[in-house]
Amino acid sequence: MSEAIKAEDFKQIGSRPIRPDGLDKVTGRANFGADFSLPGMLHGRFLRSPHGHARIRSIDVKAALAVPGVKAIVTGKDFPDVEPGDIQGGEGGGDYHDMAVNVMARDKVLYHGHAVAAVAATSVRAAEEAVRAIKVEYEPLPVVLDIDTAMAPDAPLLHEHLYTEGLPEKPARPSNVAQVMESSRGDIEAGFAEADVIIERTYYTPTVHQGYIEPHACLARWGQDEQSTVWCCTQGSFDVRSMTARVLDISVSSLKVIPTEIGGGFGGKTTVYLEPVAIVLSRLSGRPVKLVMTREEVFRASGPASASKIKLKIGARKDGKLTAMSAWMAYEAGAFKGSPMVPGVMCVFAPYDVPAFKAEGYDVLVNKPKVAAYRAPGAPQALFATESAMDELARKLNMDPIELRLKNAVRDGSQAAYGPKFHAIGMEACLQAARAHPNYKRPLGPNQGRGVAVGFWFNVGMQSSAEIHINEDGTATVIEGNPDIGGSRASMALMAAEELGIPYKDVRVLVADTEAAGFTNVTGGSRVTFATGMAVIEAARDIISQLKQRAAALWNVDADMVDWVDGKVVARPGVNVEADPLSLADIAAQSAKTGGPLLGRASLNARGAGPSFSVNLCDVEVDPDTGKVDVLSYTAIQDAGKAIHPSYVEGQMQGGAVQGIGWALNEEYIFDAEGVMENAGFLDYRIPVASDLPMIDTQIIEIANPGHPYGVRGVGETPIVAPLAAVANAVNAATGLQMTELPLSPPRILAALEAAKG
Amino acid sequence: MESFAYQAPDSLDAAVALLAEQREASVRTQILAGGTDMIVQLRSVDRAPRMIVDIKRIPETRSIKLGADGLILGAAVTGAELSARDDVTAIYPGLVEAADLIGSTQIQGRASVGGNLCNASPAGDTIPALIANGAICQIAGPGGWRELPVEDFVVGVGRNALEPGEFLVALRLPAAQPRSADAYLRFTPRSEMDIAVASAGVRLAVDEDGVCTEARVAIGAVAVTALLVPEAAEALIGTRLDDAACAAAAAASTAAARPISDKRGTEAYRRTVVGVLTRRAAVIARDRALGGQA
Ligand SMILES: Cc1cc2nc3c(=O)[nH]c(=O)nc-3n(C[C@H](O)[C@H](O)[C@H](O)COP(=O)(O)OP(=O)(O)OC[C@H]3O[C@@H](n4cnc5c(N)ncnc54)[C@H](O)[C@@H]3O)c2cc1C
Repeated sequence: MSEAIKAEDFKQIGSRPIRPDGLDKVTGRANFGADFSLPGMLHGRFLRSPHGHARIRSIDVKAALAVPGVKAIVTGKDFPDVEPGDIQGGEGGGDYHDMAVNVMARDKVLYHGHAVAAVAATSVRAAEEAVRAIKVEYEPLPVVLDIDTAMAPDAPLLHEHLYTEGLPEKPARPSNVAQVMESSRGDIEAGFAEADVIIERTYYTPTVHQGYIEPHACLARWGQDEQSTVWCCTQGSFDVRSMTARVLDISVSSLKVIPTEIGGGFGGKTTVYLEPVAIVLSRLSGRPVKLVMTREEVFRASGPASASKIKLKIGARKDGKLTAMSAWMAYEAGAFKGSPMVPGVMCVFAPYDVPAFKAEGYDVLVNKPKVAAYRAPGAPQALFATESAMDELARKLNMDPIELRLKNAVRDGSQAAYGPKFHAIGMEACLQAARAHPNYKRPLGPNQGRGVAVGFWFNVGMQSSAEIHINEDGTATVIEGNPDIGGSRASMALMAAEELGIPYKDVRVLVADTEAAGFTNVTGGSRVTFATGMAVIEAARDIISQLKQRAAALWNVDADMVDWVDGKVVARPGVNVEADPLSLADIAAQSAKTGGPLLGRASLNARGAGPSFSVNLCDVEVDPDTGKVDVLSYTAIQDAGKAIHPSYVEGQMQGGAVQGIGWALNEEYIFDAEGVMENAGFLDYRIPVASDLPMIDTQIIEIANPGHPYGVRGVGETPIVAPLAAVANAVNAATGLQMTELPLSPPRILAALEAAKG
Repeated sequence: MESFAYQAPDSLDAAVALLAEQREASVRTQILAGGTDMIVQLRSVDRAPRMIVDIKRIPETRSIKLGADGLILGAAVTGAELSARDDVTAIYPGLVEAADLIGSTQIQGRASVGGNLCNASPAGDTIPALIANGAICQIAGPGGWRELPVEDFVVGVGRNALEPGEFLVALRLPAAQPRSADAYLRFTPRSEMDIAVASAGVRLAVDEDGVCTEARVAIGAVAVTALLVPEAAEALIGTRLDDAACAAAAAASTAAARPISDKRGTEAYRRTVVGVLTRRAAVIARDRALGGQA
């Protein structure tokens, strides 16, 4: 494309204007999932399992139906049987049949909080009273709450008909291991034999939650014409449509999904919990139905991130060169198969060029809520292990941890452990920036320590659509289908403005519903600025080619006699035209004369997503008397390819760092022996608060991704990957301990300090 | 939330009369101060209907009187109002710090010391600080006026010694000795918006030679109620509050603690940390008391 803008010529890309949705969000005017209401609307509440694992003997709703104000009650038998099949779309694994059973339990409850029934009533109070009046007879079953118990030969089974997939042949007996996978290259035995130093440890990470501030919420209206409309907070309205249609066995054309503003998702809002239930309640009652989770329900019954157990072994020569790496990786899926074990296996060695490796993965069922995606699903757990071991190796070899990583870093032409050859990646550049960073040289005091860790995420492309409508004054509206969770409207507007040669403020961006936007995959996989951005750029170029045609027609020359230069159509040098160059506004003003309204569009399946590497530096101080860790300084360095809007790239880096620090230090689901989560609230599920942390320093590295017209690579997920090990390595440096289990909560650190004293 | 009745009497007498009347009529009543505990509970744990009696219009519950006899702190005075008073902070810095730890800026605008005490959480932040200061509850009720030391006021988790029809009007703190000060510390994994895993309040006085003449030590979140720990005080009195004395006080707090293991910390962890906090609070109070002399 001759018009492609070269990086050095950018006029607006890389600037930092205020996001279009910013004012509404800070003033409270923005409408989120729970903000929508309709006349005659009913309020729904759930009855949820009080057991971690039980068979449902019977459900009696008679008394509940008699509660004044109750209009409908649904249980598992009000939902169709859904055939098994891999979930398409969304973000993360799983099966449609399981999804349907997760939405509403059938013969068994598989975790504490599993939905058993739902009531719609004229008030929340009546709905709650009815929920209390539902009588359920359960036969409690033994609960399985961790990987070791689940994988034991005589373990109680969650699903009696589940047989491990990924083995050469179907096993004789059912199991709690849904899938195994292996990935290897080279001669691993020879590699370890060649090693001068070997590090071998087992690492554990707990079940954690994304902690989005907005609970799941939806409003559904079923119509007698069998057409339903759903308003909901989701990362993917088309995914809600396809999943809900599948769970209810209806056609996608009978369902319209209108995405509301979304108060955080981080991967957790890429599936359905409420929408199918709200539609069935609406159908049975003939009234619109609103369902809003409480915070407690969000913890107990949405999709947290996998707990993991990873046995890692790495070998290196004295000079620091890695000779072999092996990993045994088990990820908890929760009550249904589909943990991010596969990406975990694929990325555990991704940052390093190692001649021999082997990784085996296990997708393990336990009586906890089914996991959902959480930023870079599977990678934080995997790289916590790898980067902790690399740190220990550096200490053993008495080598600078960045030096050790540079020695083994993947670079242009390296064969990624997960398959392809790397091309134009930022691993080395990030490491070099980290080594040169002033924060890497800050003097440390007593009880203080510094940690380094590398982060990585593949990033994806997938399908996106965009339309640009040009107004009569030459301003523009971009129509796309990705709910804006991280400032993407601003990035889309910047890209459209850059291409069209109009000011940023003249571009409005509409996140449209499933009937107004072209099909678009989920806001996830760090794909939106990359893939949907590519669609916006192509839609703008579609307009530019129309502008050229129209100008050429006005000037009575051939379309190939004109060029698009600096936001204007100009005649090619040497072409004799007696008129001034025409801007978008000039042509828009004459649209009636030149062929009607200007509308550009593009739809694509984006290829060429470039992976994003990061390096994080963390300084901590550990209180030797209480075990409390204070983060003193934190630095995130990451390759963004090209930062369209640097503030929102930095925002992603800072937000991911904070979530990763929370995962490292205090966040964990605490279960009692019966599988009841004991800390289902933000008081005792401790995400960091602002005053816990220093400002997160950021440094954006820009190694242009050749797969995107502006060089963009996704940045949303990599930021959460490095912090787990960066924090742990800093704690180890401060204390001399070797912590292998998260979270590094004060009691755990104090116990380790006391054990080390002997 | 269920429907409820609301009254806001504007004098002590009116409040006492209203509460007596409701008691006669067997109407469940509940006192409202800042509501930062109550409204949360009303929305989650206990939604049954009741009459809510707001005490914030009663002048005695809203005033701070600092005089030669000590401090009279109205039960509904908010954390923000209290920490704005430099004169009170100069004499009772530990109590003010304890009140200031509650919640966030927003919560500070409503939360009261009286509400914190009446709510009777084992982890309530102002309770050990009040006990260390020898604070006395001033209670009004159908039977008239009575006083009760704070350590006897909290009788269990969420339970206090108020009889039906009674309410807390103010807290009375004895006048501070010369060369005396208090300090309060709590341990939480987060810097704010968290609940104490263990806490310690210390008030002490020293003589001209720096020898400790009086001390009170109270610990929180390590038993069903905050505990006064006389053994810890004894470990300090008569010493120069050196490392050994502070360590002995720490050991006394660790020994007096009767914690449970739960999601917020193990028994062993709480015992250790309550000792650490006692030692550190004693050092802060000592430095303040000595600093006051200079
Ligand atoms: C976000 C948040 C953070 C918090 N952080 C902390 C914290 O860090 N530390 C901490 O200790 N607490 C904390 N709390 C709890 C609460 O804010 C405090 O306990 C506060 O001091 C309560 O005061 P209040 O005036 O709001 O009490 P209210 O809620 O009005 O009352 C509390 C209870 O005491 C009763 N009561 C109140 N006043 C009287 C009276 N004069 N006579 C008789 N009964 C009375 C009420 O009926 C009610 O049962 C927090 C609460 C929230 C919501």
